[in-house]
Amino acid sequence: MNALDANILSLVTFIPLAGAVLLLLIPRRHRDIRVFALVISLMDFAVSLHLPVRFQRTLAGFQYQVDFAWIPTPNIHYHMGVDGFSMWLVVLTTFLTPLCVLISWKSINDRVKEFFILLLVLETALIGVFVALDLFLFYFFWEATLIPMALLIGMYGHGRKVYAAVKFFLYTMIASVFMLAAILWLYANTNPHTFDFVTIQNAIRGGQIPNFSAAAFWLFLGFFVAFAVKVPLFPFHTWLPDAHVEAPTAGSVLLAGVLLKMGTYGMLRFNLGFFPEQSRANASWIMVLALIGIVYGALVAMVQPNMKKLIAYSSISHLGFVVLGIFSFTQAGLNGAMYVMLAHGVSTGALFMLAGILYERRHTYEISDFGGLATPMPRYATFFLFIVLASVGLPLLNGFVGEFLVLSGAFQDRAIYGVLGATGVIWSACYLLWMYQRVFFGKVKHEVNQRLADLDARERTALWPAAAAALIMGVAPLIWLNAIDPAVQSALAPFSQLASKVMGQ
Amino acid sequence: MNVTIHLVQNMPGKEDYLRILPEIVLALFGMAIMVMDALLDERTSQRTLGTIALLGSLTAIAVTVCQAHTPGYAFWDMVHVDAFSIFFHILVTTITAVVILTSYEYMEVQQIRAGEYYGLILFGALGMCLMSSAVELVLIFIALEISSISTYILAGFRRRAAISSEASVKYFLLGSFATAFFLYGVALMFGATGSTSITVIGDTLRSGVVPMLAYAGIALMFVGLGFKVAAAPFHVWTPDVYEGAPAPVVGFMSTAPKAAVFAVLLRIMFQADAPGRLWMIWAAAALSMTLGNLGALVQSNVKRLLAYSSIAHAGYLLVAFAALPDNGISAAMFYTASYAAMNVGAFAVVSHFAGMGERQVNLEDYSGLGRRSPVLAGTLTIFLLSLIGIPITGGFFAKFYVFSAALQANLVWLTIIGVLNSAVGAYYYLRIIVVMYMREPRDEAPVAPVPLGLGTALTVSLAATIYLGVLPGRVLEYASRSAAGLMMR
Repeated sequence: MNALDANILSLVTFIPLAGAVLLLLIPRRHRDIRVFALVISLMDFAVSLHLPVRFQRTLAGFQYQVDFAWIPTPNIHYHMGVDGFSMWLVVLTTFLTPLCVLISWKSINDRVKEFFILLLVLETALIGVFVALDLFLFYFFWEATLIPMALLIGMYGHGRKVYAAVKFFLYTMIASVFMLAAILWLYANTNPHTFDFVTIQNAIRGGQIPNFSAAAFWLFLGFFVAFAVKVPLFPFHTWLPDAHVEAPTAGSVLLAGVLLKMGTYGMLRFNLGFFPEQSRANASWIMVLALIGIVYGALVAMVQPNMKKLIAYSSISHLGFVVLGIFSFTQAGLNGAMYVMLAHGVSTGALFMLAGILYERRHTYEISDFGGLATPMPRYATFFLFIVLASVGLPLLNGFVGEFLVLSGAFQDRAIYGVLGATGVIWSACYLLWMYQRVFFGKVKHEVNQRLADLDARERTALWPAAAAALIMGVAPLIWLNAIDPAVQSALAPFSQLASKVMGQ
Repeated sequence: MNVTIHLVQNMPGKEDYLRILPEIVLALFGMAIMVMDALLDERTSQRTLGTIALLGSLTAIAVTVCQAHTPGYAFWDMVHVDAFSIFFHILVTTITAVVILTSYEYMEVQQIRAGEYYGLILFGALGMCLMSSAVELVLIFIALEISSISTYILAGFRRRAAISSEASVKYFLLGSFATAFFLYGVALMFGATGSTSITVIGDTLRSGVVPMLAYAGIALMFVGLGFKVAAAPFHVWTPDVYEGAPAPVVGFMSTAPKAAVFAVLLRIMFQADAPGRLWMIWAAAALSMTLGNLGALVQSNVKRLLAYSSIAHAGYLLVAFAALPDNGISAAMFYTASYAAMNVGAFAVVSHFAGMGERQVNLEDYSGLGRRSPVLAGTLTIFLLSLIGIPITGGFFAKFYVFSAALQANLVWLTIIGVLNSAVGAYYYLRIIVVMYMREPRDEAPVAPVPLGLGTALTVSLAATIYLGVLPGRVLEYASRSAAGLMMR
């Protein structure tokens, strides 16, 4: 392992933070603040590409690990590492951030410096969540995402922005207190006390934690509640539409693209990693909630008059697929869940960018204010259609692979889950295409829309990478899946033992 | 007769004076300021006197650091210089220096011309330093009085504001009442154990049956000291006094005297093994946390809000006193230090922003501060996040150590009350942040630029807050070591 491999995770995590500190020092009126933020985020993306390039795809377990003692009491380690799950989420984050910078180029005119500082700090926190292997470090990054995100919504949003920001903050903060309690219980009951993910996992599997079986259900629930609110799983989803509708475009992109995945990632990593038995035992009601989320999210999306709210509800529906895949405990299901996370990050991120572009021109998200836009904005309409099709799950585009795998996993688990889940695919085609039809087809209904400008070079630059990623992910999914699969298999290892134990009895 | 001979045989030597050298330094500088105040031209004297005071506190820090090499007793075992007292000496003198830096600009803006202001701060610091190294109850009482009387006067320094005089008088009347309680407690303790030396009292109480009188003595002393740290139910004075007193002084008296009194409490409660400690502390801690946080929820004046928050924080700190000495003492010491860092910082921002006559101290005045002065708002945000207890700030580990010490002493309910209270606390601190960033400013005028002195003060408190949150190990280890020294018999 060379020096770069040993420090790559710290670099990827802290480059944006360092950039934010440098931004602090740049004079306020300087017009290059945006350029600087773009350079920093592109640099971080470039550095993060080192991860998949040098990743040992056949190995399970964590790679690029860095681990040293940080604070003696309580025993906190600076322990980072990635496996097939977290590596791609890191890359997704670094991929979306430059696009967020580009898309905010003109729409943010006020307090520009603070905006990009918050964006970069948020990026650091998000990456930190995915790479942290010390529970304390994880919890710190987890909470640290809240503050910049809430400020982005509250300072740069529209409409009832303060209400949305506070609601977002309180919902997720209160839920994560339960996780903190579970983390502290684990710390107190390990001997010697530790927050280390790997050590605790081994201790649990080796049965070295006293009273674990009695507490396990509550610990499982503590973690699960925090993650379920973040996902958001029905019925914890009410903060999401508010936050999305009022957030600035870049905020929505990162919120839908990455923040929600923190929840599903947490389920994969901690609920499955620490509590396989409890995950198994509670899978049925969780899957039911996921199915309700898929169908309910889709139905509510269908009737939304507001484009952004429609996309927000579609996120609830799509994230339902992820949870369904995770708790099917099949190889296909887990691979698919992971893939839906990545695909949803790209295509929903792009959808929010597209909605934001329209908002910049017309200052409204109401679908009824548009109609016939394909005539004045042909390029925009093409991009939009492409992304909508990717989101719907058209074969050869990114949405298809993940949903297919999740559904086949769900079928293997229990056919009815697969059948009900599959309706979600149909619903998503309905609401997205219907929305598309109302916005783009027909005659131009409103006079103002006649003269709407088509995409300019900057907006195209922001959209091309997303569209390209959607296509590549659709035709060559193995690039991603062959790194994910070893992680899936090691995550599922305890379940096959569990199954054979049940058989033996 | 015997006593006289004893005294003559043990005339204080060089060593004895060396062990109170920081106090001597503070006294000399304080007196120098009082003399020079009369000689200098009033218009130019402010800065000069402030600088002398700053030098005095810095010298005291330096002297304390040198003192660390020669621990031991002085003046017939009335003063004990050990790692514990060094910790509080450095804490108090650093707070003093930072507060003096904050005061420079404040005094100019408020147009208060009075050199004795800086002298009084140094005299107060003297009393507080002496409190942390005194191990004899009568000396502790004298030190407490030195510190209290200085703060009574400091509270009334906004002469033109009636509310400030009210604060001063209220604080003085109630405070004297409280010290009387303390003195009565000392007398009862003397009656119960035949000594006023903390170590002797500890040995006597541990050696046999604890007389009823000792319980009463401890309870009365706790009333007096509880008043000084603004612990419920002796907290009623706090909001009024904090609202009226000059903002830098509030930053001073909500941290330095509290730290010193907590040092005394630690010695009395743990070193003297106070009887009935647990339940008395338990009740006071639970009450302070709850009343403080609930009170803060409805405040619209930032100074009053921070006053209630300081009551709540006294409660969190007291939780450590109910724990076992092994980790309770070090947790309390760590908490005092990190609370001092964040609270002095928060009040430094408040005092800068208050403006002429302290008109801008309401929550609405802070609306849009994030736009009007991003630096000040950003710094205040970090202090507030630390007061909430968000990780990588000192406030987080302070709470963490206190609550884990309480859990190890099996104080589950007290911990639950504490954790619930911190959740309530998050709400009102966040309210300030929300107002600063998410409301439009009412008044577009830019905030006055941050002068050098205040900038330094803010940098020091910010650095301390972050340092305690990122690398708490060294301070905690030092605290544990001095706690072990304290409990050694």
